[in-house]
Amino acid sequence: MNKKITFPHMGDYYIPISYLIKKITKCEVIIPPFITRKTIEIGSKYSPDFVCVPFKYNLGNFIESLNMGANVILQAGGGCRYGYYAELQEEILRNLGYDFEFVNFIKDNHVSIINIYKYAKKINKKLNIFKYFYYLINTITMIIIMDSLGKNIRENMGFEVEKGSFKKIQNEFFEEIKGKIGFIKLIKIYFKYKKKYNNCKINKPKNHLKVAIVGELYSIMEPFCSYNIETKLANMGIEVKRFTTLTYLLIVKKFKLPHLLKKGKKYLKYHLGADATESVVLSYQLAQEGYDGIIHIKSFGCTPEINAMPILAKVSEDYGMPIIYFSFDAQDNEVGVDTRLEAFYDMILDKKNK
Amino acid sequence: MRKKIKIGIPRAFLYYRYNILWKNFFEMLGCNIILSPETNKDIVEIGKKYSIDESCLASKIYMGHVYSLIDKCDYILIPRVADYGKKDKVCVKFNGIYDVVKNTFPLANILDYNLEFTKWYNEFFAFLKIGFKVNKNIFKILISYFKAKRKERQYNVSLMNSQKKILRNNNLKILIVAHPYNIYDKYIGENIINFFKHEEVDVLFADRLERKIAISYAKDLSNTLYWKYSKELIGAISYYKEAVDGIIFVTAFPCGPDSLVNELILRKIKNIPITNIIIDESTAEAGLETRLESFLDIIKSRCNNE
Repeated sequence: MNKKITFPHMGDYYIPISYLIKKITKCEVIIPPFITRKTIEIGSKYSPDFVCVPFKYNLGNFIESLNMGANVILQAGGGCRYGYYAELQEEILRNLGYDFEFVNFIKDNHVSIINIYKYAKKINKKLNIFKYFYYLINTITMIIIMDSLGKNIRENMGFEVEKGSFKKIQNEFFEEIKGKIGFIKLIKIYFKYKKKYNNCKINKPKNHLKVAIVGELYSIMEPFCSYNIETKLANMGIEVKRFTTLTYLLIVKKFKLPHLLKKGKKYLKYHLGADATESVVLSYQLAQEGYDGIIHIKSFGCTPEINAMPILAKVSEDYGMPIIYFSFDAQDNEVGVDTRLEAFYDMILDKKNK
Repeated sequence: MRKKIKIGIPRAFLYYRYNILWKNFFEMLGCNIILSPETNKDIVEIGKKYSIDESCLASKIYMGHVYSLIDKCDYILIPRVADYGKKDKVCVKFNGIYDVVKNTFPLANILDYNLEFTKWYNEFFAFLKIGFKVNKNIFKILISYFKAKRKERQYNVSLMNSQKKILRNNNLKILIVAHPYNIYDKYIGENIINFFKHEEVDVLFADRLERKIAISYAKDLSNTLYWKYSKELIGAISYYKEAVDGIIFVTAFPCGPDSLVNELILRKIKNIPITNIIIDESTAEAGLETRLESFLDIIKSRCNNE
């Protein structure tokens, strides 16, 4: 039986993930169809009632790609409930009558690199540890490049002179990294596109609005889940700052987390679990730096972020910092999000002009 | 004579797990213990007022209990639990509950300890630390801790034995699978226990099984589960599976771990009647009773057929 591997979507990160799987297993990779209304409808139909939204999106992805012929599912994650998704999703899909192999890379609530190697070795006998690490490093480099270019986009897209020029370059960039690449070529691509972005004409006023996005990782990084909130903010002419990226979660977090608690001593004594510590401490820092507002995004029922919310409210009170809370579920409507966002925009604009 | 220090303990969350230990420890150290009243409508209302809408009912009740203790005691005891080892994490609610309380009620005087076994914050040192705050005699603290620990063990064994006694008789038996802070709470769980008492059905509690046994049995149902409290409950299911006639899950809305764990067990256990009861602030007593009655009818008709 030929193995056809699939995995859940998260933003644009399907590119590096499918690259890694293709290279180390030499199997066919089926990228699930892009998330649409249909995905979430299928997903929430078979999900438990009050589970958080990422579960529903992932399940929808799996069902859609199983229908396309995939027979191996990869799942990984950890920190909160995320680490326990895999087992229940497998059970649900089996009860639906699908035939597949479910591979779970979570061990003790963390993604284990060695487990991935062992699994890949089982499928692809030619793989050795050096090749594996070469491809792993390439993948991580790709993720870092994507994130550092993405940061540039978020900062400047709201002020572009020619509408859509940033999006166009981004699409070109994605096409290029989807093709044949090696480590050196990746670096070359990085500098090429960095230059392109810098040459892109922008009209940035000196006293522009700056807003930061904090919150739960999936809702932040999957644009469909948050109704493209970043693009909406950019259209309003706002500079967006966001800390949570895959680079941050995989690499930076380990080194940064212990320091964060010291910086946020005023509000926190212990870690709140998952990404909630970051939400609080970064908001606190940004409030001191003079940001205009903070957007807190989470999926419905996300316990760590609920822990963070009363503390965020206190930060907001102490520093006069506007914070808006969005809680996304399977059945939200976009108009409601737009209205609230516009009201928030008016508010921070008013505050700035004073 | 010096005035006795008053320690306030909220009657919610970990109270139901550690009450014997806390009570004996502080009483031996010469403190007075002030318990918050049993959960009532007022406490739930106040708790709702002071917490985020989406937090679980149990945590809203906790906030209400903490509020009722403010100004009535010198310290309010609020433990923070992160994990009991690499594979035994707990729900993140317990990770953040100290900071949530501290920021919601800045005036409250809190006595806290931290359990994080992966970073060497274990129970022994935690109790030394809080003991030192109320009493300066280290030997007294040590003795109190070990004595209290022994009392706790005796109490747990007695609970376990009472369960064994129930297993031996021939009545209908139902296993209630719920976090202790849900099922023993007056507002959430008492109606359910009273109903079964009234119907003369024997009730077994999943959390009363000895914890080590429970955790070793949990592997039969799930390999990847890493929440300690859920593991203990699940282990009890596979331990009592053969002996009981029905299983009831009692969950507070919207409990994070339970949303996944209960669904998985509902799908995995096949030949025993199972029901999942979710309770929120507005659960009506009549509706609950109807559900329990119909569940009981199913079990009874099943027993008669056999």
